[in-house]
Amino acid sequence: MNFAVLQFPASNCDQDAVHALRLLGHSARLVWHKDASLGATDAVIVPGGFSYGDYLRCGAIARFSPVMQAVRQFADNGGIVLGICNGFQVLTEAGLLPGALIRNRDLQFHCEYIHLKTLTTASPFTGRIPAGQVLRVPIAHGEGCYFADEATLARLQARQQILWQYCDAAGQVTDGANPNGALQNIAGICNERRNVAGLMPHPERACERILGSEDGRWIFESIFAALSAGPVLQPA
Amino acid sequence: MKAKIVITPKKAVLDPQGKTVQNALAHMGYTGVTDVHIGKYIEIELAPGTDPAAAHKALNEAAHKLLSNPVIEDYKLELE
Repeated sequence: MNFAVLQFPASNCDQDAVHALRLLGHSARLVWHKDASLGATDAVIVPGGFSYGDYLRCGAIARFSPVMQAVRQFADNGGIVLGICNGFQVLTEAGLLPGALIRNRDLQFHCEYIHLKTLTTASPFTGRIPAGQVLRVPIAHGEGCYFADEATLARLQARQQILWQYCDAAGQVTDGANPNGALQNIAGICNERRNVAGLMPHPERACERILGSEDGRWIFESIFAALSAGPVLQPA
Repeated sequence: MKAKIVITPKKAVLDPQGKTVQNALAHMGYTGVTDVHIGKYIEIELAPGTDPAAAHKALNEAAHKLLSNPVIEDYKLELE
């Protein structure tokens, strides 16, 4: 499979994403934000970092980069897009995902391992995650608190668009396990069509034992399986 | 011509910075403060001779699309 990993000025997790995808046996290349075309691509990764220095708001400027037109088109055609950390922020700013990411409630930058509970396997990003498997993945963010209004949250719940919640090691979703104050401990969501997703934690940093966890592999394996299976979506 | 845009967090959004400043004011001995909100102020200078009506329209659009995030922020625009 061919992955396009976007690169904005001050993205810094792009190389990690490419490395992880190649490690897992697939093709990945960087696509510069000024490129108007993605080229031959099976899936898009919007990586972490501090694009445009997080100026104005995280992801607020990156969403207007030329490459994002191509990403929007790709997503509109049902293509799989995964935003990680700053990538999640870019996707919410671009309106490809609902809600917004705001400053962590304790105003601290959190660089630590967290645990994720997967709420549904009915998505290209979670299809291969074993039931009950708690994922241990690192986070590194200062603005990871997921916010959406009541109506949006209700809709996300009703349509099973919440993919991951922060939980403790035992899989319990508690306030103590919430590193940033995200509403309903939301760590990651998908769009209504289920082809675009975003999450604050870094699965690309959890693909090698030497780094401390291999649980990120579950998410990438889910994507690989979905791509191999062909179109997974209902026509829009 | 100058546009002044004040951006504030929506009421429903958690504002830990505002809370922190509120606590700091209390610690400094200031009383009677019931709430504090931290926002953003943007100044945009426009070329002389710009049509105010057109500028107002364009700036509202810019404020909605880029300068503020309508999911979490409100804005007020003033042209002078």
